Amino acid sequence: MSRFRVSVHIVPRKGLLDPQGKAVTDALHALGFSDVADTRIGRHLVLDVKADSAAAAEVSVKAMCDKLLANPVTEDFEIVSTVTA
Amino acid sequence: MKFGIVTFPGSNCDVDAMHAVTDQLGQTAVSLWHRDHDTQGCDVLILPGGFSYGDALRAGAIARFSPIMQEVVAHAERGAPVIGICNGFQILCESHLLPGALMRNAGLKFVCDWVHVRVEGCAPMFLNSYQSGQVLRVPVAHGEGRFAADDATLDLLEGNGQVVFRYCDAAGHVTEASNPNGALRGIAGITNAAGNVLGMMPHPERAVESLLGSTDGLPLFESLLSRVGA
Repeated sequence: MSRFRVSVHIVPRKGLLDPQGKAVTDALHALGFSDVADTRIGRHLVLDVKADSAAAAEVSVKAMCDKLLANPVTEDFEIVSTVTA
Repeated sequence: MKFGIVTFPGSNCDVDAMHAVTDQLGQTAVSLWHRDHDTQGCDVLILPGGFSYGDALRAGAIARFSPIMQEVVAHAERGAPVIGICNGFQILCESHLLPGALMRNAGLKFVCDWVHVRVEGCAPMFLNSYQSGQVLRVPVAHGEGRFAADDATLDLLEGNGQVVFRYCDAAGHVTEASNPNGALRGIAGITNAAGNVLGMMPHPERAVESLLGSTDGLPLFESLLSRVGA
């Protein structure tokens, strides 16, 4: 069994108000970054997972997201990278 | 009637709930630890407010997997009453005993204030001692109280009479200004479809005697007495 470092992004679902993201968008606009249309602020998790393969590690992390790490009502998650730890 | 009040690591309204149902309501109550596997024959279970597990990950997300929650789910599935107040509401949503979720307040600030809510819906177990449309004055204290669900779920909740408390002004009008957290459709409290699981962000247990500034929370507990029996 090897160890893999799996990175996951969890963000508030599109369409739901993200007040932190809105505050940051407003601040960016105030600083002149008028090209920013929207900001979503979520969490970035890095999990060190024991698995037989990178694919198996991702299957395991997806199950963790479904069960605990992301709220299926309000959040979307995406595995953004899986590398050997 | 016997109440069971669950304490999770980080609960801080468990003693308030205990005071409300024993000293004010005159019933017996036991404190249940989150690691317990036994609800000691309690008729009503209360998940109190606080910051279980320091709100790590999401409010209520970790508490949901505490051993006692298996018993809370079984209690709810038997049709017995469960009340989740503030953090307890968040835990009930995370447990899927109630639909939806509680998100960060729209104004980003923790709101600690008195609010008005309007009694609505159809949940005699909890509302029997109120009049429909009655306006209550109750305290709120939360940073993540913005009730959210998709439109289909919100329509279903409203259609079934599961929305039982809605933020309003003193006259009972639901306005944007009277909504402390941006909750969708001004929702402050809901029940499950069967009407035996209640989740609410305001604190009825802190409004049970005039010394505290309001007695509007007491009829909620009295409703249980009249419906479930002493």
